[in-house]
Amino acid sequence: MTDSKYFTTTKKGEIFELKAELNSDKKEKKKEAVKKVIASMTVGKDVSALFPDVVNCMQTDNLELKKLVYLYLMNYAKSQPDMAIMAVNTFVKDCEDPNPLIRALAVRTMGCIRVDKITEYLCEPLRKCLKDEDPYVRKTAAVCVAKLHDINAQLVEDQGFLDTLKDLISDSNPMVVANAVAALSEIAESHPSSNLLDLNPQSINKLLTALNECTEWGQIFILDCLANYTPKDDREAQSICERVTPRLSHANSAVVLSAVKVLMKFMEMLSKDLDYYGTLLKKLAPPLVTLLSAEPELQYVALRNINLIVQKRPEILKHEMKVFFVKYNDPIYVKLEKLDIMIRLASQANIAQVLAELKEYATEVDVDFVRKAVRAIGRCAIKVEQSAERCVSTLLDLIQTKVNYVVQEAIVVIKDIFRKYPNKYESVIATLCENLDSLDEPEARAAMIWIVGEYAERIDNADELLESFLEGFHDESTQVQLQLLTAIVKLFLKKPTETQELVQQVLSLATQDSDNPDLRDRGYIYWRLLSTDPVAAKEVVLAEKPLISEETDLIEPTLLDELICYIGTLASVYHKPPSAFVEGGRGVVHKSLPPRTASSESTESPETAPAGAPPGEQLDVIPTQGDLLGDLLNLDLGPPVSGPPLATSSVQMGAVDLLGSGLDSLIGASNFVSPPAAAVPANLGAPMGSGLSDLFDLTSGVGTLSGSYVAPKAVWLPAMKAKGLEISGTFTRQVGSISMDLQLTNKALQVMTDFAIQFNRNSFGLAPAAPLQVHAPLSPNQTVEISLPLNTVGSVMKMEPLNNLQVAVKNNIDVFYFSTLYPLHILFVEDGKMDRQMFLATWKDIPNENEAQFQIRDCPLNAEAVSSRLQSSNIFTIAKRNVEGQDMLYQSLKLTNGIWVLAELRIQPGNPSFMLSLKCRAPEVSQHVYQAYETILKN
Amino acid sequence: MIHSLFLINSSGDIFLEKHWKSVVSRSVCDYFFEAQERATEAENVPPVISTPHHYLLSVYRHKIFFVAVIQTEVPPLFVIEFLHRVVDTFQDYFGVCSEPVIKDNVVVVYEVLEEMLDNGFPLATESNILKELIKPPTILRTVVNTITGSTNVGDQLPTGQLSVVPWRRTGVKYTNNEAYFDVIEEIDAIIDKSGSTVTAEIQGVIDACVKLTGMPDLTLSFMNPRLLDDVSFHPCVRFKRWESERILSFIPPDGNFRLLSYHVSAQNLVAIPVYVKHNISFRDSSSLGRFEITVGPKQTMGKSIEGVTVSSQMPRGVLSMNLTPSQGTHTFDPVTKMLSWDVGKINPQKLPSLKGTMSLQAGASKPDENPTINLQFKIQQLAISGLKVNRLDMYGEKYKPFKGIKYMTKAGKFQVRT
Repeated sequence: MTDSKYFTTTKKGEIFELKAELNSDKKEKKKEAVKKVIASMTVGKDVSALFPDVVNCMQTDNLELKKLVYLYLMNYAKSQPDMAIMAVNTFVKDCEDPNPLIRALAVRTMGCIRVDKITEYLCEPLRKCLKDEDPYVRKTAAVCVAKLHDINAQLVEDQGFLDTLKDLISDSNPMVVANAVAALSEIAESHPSSNLLDLNPQSINKLLTALNECTEWGQIFILDCLANYTPKDDREAQSICERVTPRLSHANSAVVLSAVKVLMKFMEMLSKDLDYYGTLLKKLAPPLVTLLSAEPELQYVALRNINLIVQKRPEILKHEMKVFFVKYNDPIYVKLEKLDIMIRLASQANIAQVLAELKEYATEVDVDFVRKAVRAIGRCAIKVEQSAERCVSTLLDLIQTKVNYVVQEAIVVIKDIFRKYPNKYESVIATLCENLDSLDEPEARAAMIWIVGEYAERIDNADELLESFLEGFHDESTQVQLQLLTAIVKLFLKKPTETQELVQQVLSLATQDSDNPDLRDRGYIYWRLLSTDPVAAKEVVLAEKPLISEETDLIEPTLLDELICYIGTLASVYHKPPSAFVEGGRGVVHKSLPPRTASSESTESPETAPAGAPPGEQLDVIPTQGDLLGDLLNLDLGPPVSGPPLATSSVQMGAVDLLGSGLDSLIGASNFVSPPAAAVPANLGAPMGSGLSDLFDLTSGVGTLSGSYVAPKAVWLPAMKAKGLEISGTFTRQVGSISMDLQLTNKALQVMTDFAIQFNRNSFGLAPAAPLQVHAPLSPNQTVEISLPLNTVGSVMKMEPLNNLQVAVKNNIDVFYFSTLYPLHILFVEDGKMDRQMFLATWKDIPNENEAQFQIRDCPLNAEAVSSRLQSSNIFTIAKRNVEGQDMLYQSLKLTNGIWVLAELRIQPGNPSFMLSLKCRAPEVSQHVYQAYETILKN
Repeated sequence: MIHSLFLINSSGDIFLEKHWKSVVSRSVCDYFFEAQERATEAENVPPVISTPHHYLLSVYRHKIFFVAVIQTEVPPLFVIEFLHRVVDTFQDYFGVCSEPVIKDNVVVVYEVLEEMLDNGFPLATESNILKELIKPPTILRTVVNTITGSTNVGDQLPTGQLSVVPWRRTGVKYTNNEAYFDVIEEIDAIIDKSGSTVTAEIQGVIDACVKLTGMPDLTLSFMNPRLLDDVSFHPCVRFKRWESERILSFIPPDGNFRLLSYHVSAQNLVAIPVYVKHNISFRDSSSLGRFEITVGPKQTMGKSIEGVTVSSQMPRGVLSMNLTPSQGTHTFDPVTKMLSWDVGKINPQKLPSLKGTMSLQAGASKPDENPTINLQFKIQQLAISGLKVNRLDMYGEKYKPFKGIKYMTKAGKFQVRT
């Protein structure tokens, strides 16, 4: 008789039969029926219809039957809350049972029933069980608090269960301590700000005592909790390390890894001169090696963590290279990880062994693995200079195998080797060229083309080779196309006589027949360079390239330090901080390694970890663009000519940013760069609109009204930098319109005319709404005041800082560039008042990590005054609350681009410092909103 | 903590689910199936898979995937260790862990899972304690239960759970008091073409079967404890005593348990007890290849090598093999291309060999990869690392127990490249 019989009843009348059996008088029949129900439940059948009948079986002294009914209840109570109430009485009674097993079982089951009505009844029994004389009951109750918190957090706080739970950390029974820690950790995860696990030397001591005596799982919870503690000095760190080290010999790998985490973190505080530091390093190696003899799944997690550890402290495993050698029947995910670590550990001392292994792997069956092995050989060459030669010859051997994917990988890495050791291994080019035809992957083709272009002068038939690629130009991937374009240009610059035709062919393919803007832009750049100044072209295209860096794909140090704090967690498996992937981002607190606070003198400090953790990735509401300067040149200001400035022949310079930051200095010196329009092929650059055409419409817009705060004018462009034109100005916002108030002064000796203004693209799309209108020529020493209306419909590009505005002003003398910062409050719109409900919902909805807190100091105003002053700048107070003598103002504002910012301003009467918390979906604006607050409140 | 568990068989059916918190829809397993499809073999399914709202951590044992679902940041090793513990427990309860057996005992399985985790926190994972809570099914008990209507759930609080020695129950009584220890060592090695060792290490364990009355306190000492510098202990071992005196002192659990596992690293010189001479060659021109393997003893300290099996994954191009063994039997599976040769015992006077030809696909070029030879063997009465138990003493009880130590060396992942 086995349970599989329960699976076989799939007849229609099954439920009725079961119902009859459940109501049978015979105990045995009842139990069998409940078993059948459970079996159906386990395979996902819906047996919720039997709820009342099963609950009826609960009143029994038969422990097995009781447990089975409990199992059923946990599963279905949620769907039948009203019926579940029937069970409450039995639960409450069972919580008083003389048998602690039953007491614990009852409180445990009640906690699993996620029905509000039941949880209300749970509080009293739970309170009793938390203080039960029997530790088994107490430890069960501790977990129950975590369950309850998950269902109803407020209830747990109101009932004071959290304090009771904290008290349990000092319990005499280690298992109770461990469960209390586990429960608190879980609760703390949903409450990142709360200081639930208040760790101090006393509680740490208790945890360390419990650590020795509790179960393996309890040890994991306690160790993970210890890892969050920051010892006050290196002595305390050392003593904790000493008490944690025995855990390294535990049979449970999770205990070992958690212990490693604590040690790796606290080691940071120890001075390297200490003997103990060396001892600890030695002790860390064996357990890590042992993890690799466990099951493959465990190995995988261990390897991902070891990858971090060897990057942080390579000395720990430097002699253990051999344990990372790959066995042919390791699962692929283990193989790839081992390979990665082998390269990290490769050094001059062991490179021969490593290479021999890698070569062996390159003949394996699994294609992914073979590819990675070949790539690894290249990485070794780049990492260990002494081995480069051997690596290259190994790669050549592999190319001789003619296995297609091996050859392709080898060529890709040889390209990198050339970039690291130029002019050293070019003798192998001939061999590479032999394999040209077999390359079918874009990356390999691109690499090969790069090699041909780079060493064109040494390859006799370079033009033929490149020409052969050109035939199918449009079928190639972008990577190959770009590379081919560059290679042919290089070839042309090296052998101009024979290849003129080729270069023209490729330029026209790239610029005329391609839809890819990158390719087109690069084509134009080369074209213009070549046609205006071949010497400059040579300097640009054939410039000496920087060597590639020593080790590739190292994790960035600040991230690495953060990840070290997360050893043994999912973050360590993904090599990303939890904020980057944990669901909803709730409860994520950045961790960082403790700085070395030495009570003893220690001379070295460069190893000290930076205290600040890197900010998590934030979403950009505003598109970023790499090069700001390229865009300034997008302004369609014509070449400097005297006379009517209607620049009809102006040209869009889409590709200028490719020229990079060379223009930086030019603009800084306020020299105008004339676009090389002459060099542009006729088919590009449709004349662009009209920034300047209606320059002569004159209106005057002056006058300041009451409205949002206006800063005094500041000098934006000093006369010295602008050939005598001085510009000062400020920004205002009045009744929904933004304007820029300018004051132009002519400090030169000649008359100035023909003023025009343009803005570069900026974060909020600010743009002049009308042309700059100066009525009459500006004679020497004359000053004119102009108000330039602005709108926010211009094109958007994220600036750094966010409120940076780059402006170009032109007159009959020249074009001048300057940049200024505008106060953000000019962008606060009039309808920025949010509905109360909406405010609440939005505030909750925005993740906590988007919240920014600021302090506004020395502001003598009271809440009313603050509120009204802010209101005039379109920051609206939605609600006001008085909490413990403090005034809390809840405010909202909206930016011109529709971004809402919610604020909570805390004002303590008599205290001139205010606390400002800002929440916004685009957290990068917070800083500037804060500055706006400062400006408005202090002026 | 651990949210749910799904058991999935090799054909991709979910045949059991258990939820410790709220119910997670089984559709979450679709992500797992996707990964399973991508991996060519079941062994290659990655153990950590992320889905939009959950993480799936899995282990693959006995042709069953045990997939745990977690929702928050939980140490993955904790989950994977726990899953292995679940498998071990099933095996302990039912003798084998397979889909039919789990289905046959579904209610016990459910009860056990319920006892092992509470709200995702481990509750009782020691099989000693679990068996007190839920009795494993035996044929006799099933029959008796059916007749008398008694249950297989213990109604006593498991005594061990609360005592200072949670791994041992109180009131143990035996008429024959005995304590047996098995020192078992596995050699993991990679041997290269020329026969020299690329890497070799030893994974050793001491498994114990202790059936002693009362609360015995045992000490075990070694002739050469220096060998044990990388060890993992059962929680019962007093770590302080080991640190200071290199003596294992412990109150043992009742029954079978693993006292200690240890690792002798690649840096120590590990003796390799066998060698393999091989000549496997393919020729470019002909569709025939030569195959020849000879196995012989190397450093065996005078002990004989038994239970030798040789297996090798041949290249895909090999169609059939025509081989003659000097002893034992061999098979070649033309589908999986797996060659296995059951050698048996090695006679040093007459070394076993396997010779013959391989026929390759006509016209195909010679295979790129070289087959790797996998070796299994056993050597009784020998711990290859040289570890030796000095003495075993018992304190705290008056009777005189039977004591026994057995040594054995086995091949672990023992691979010879050709």
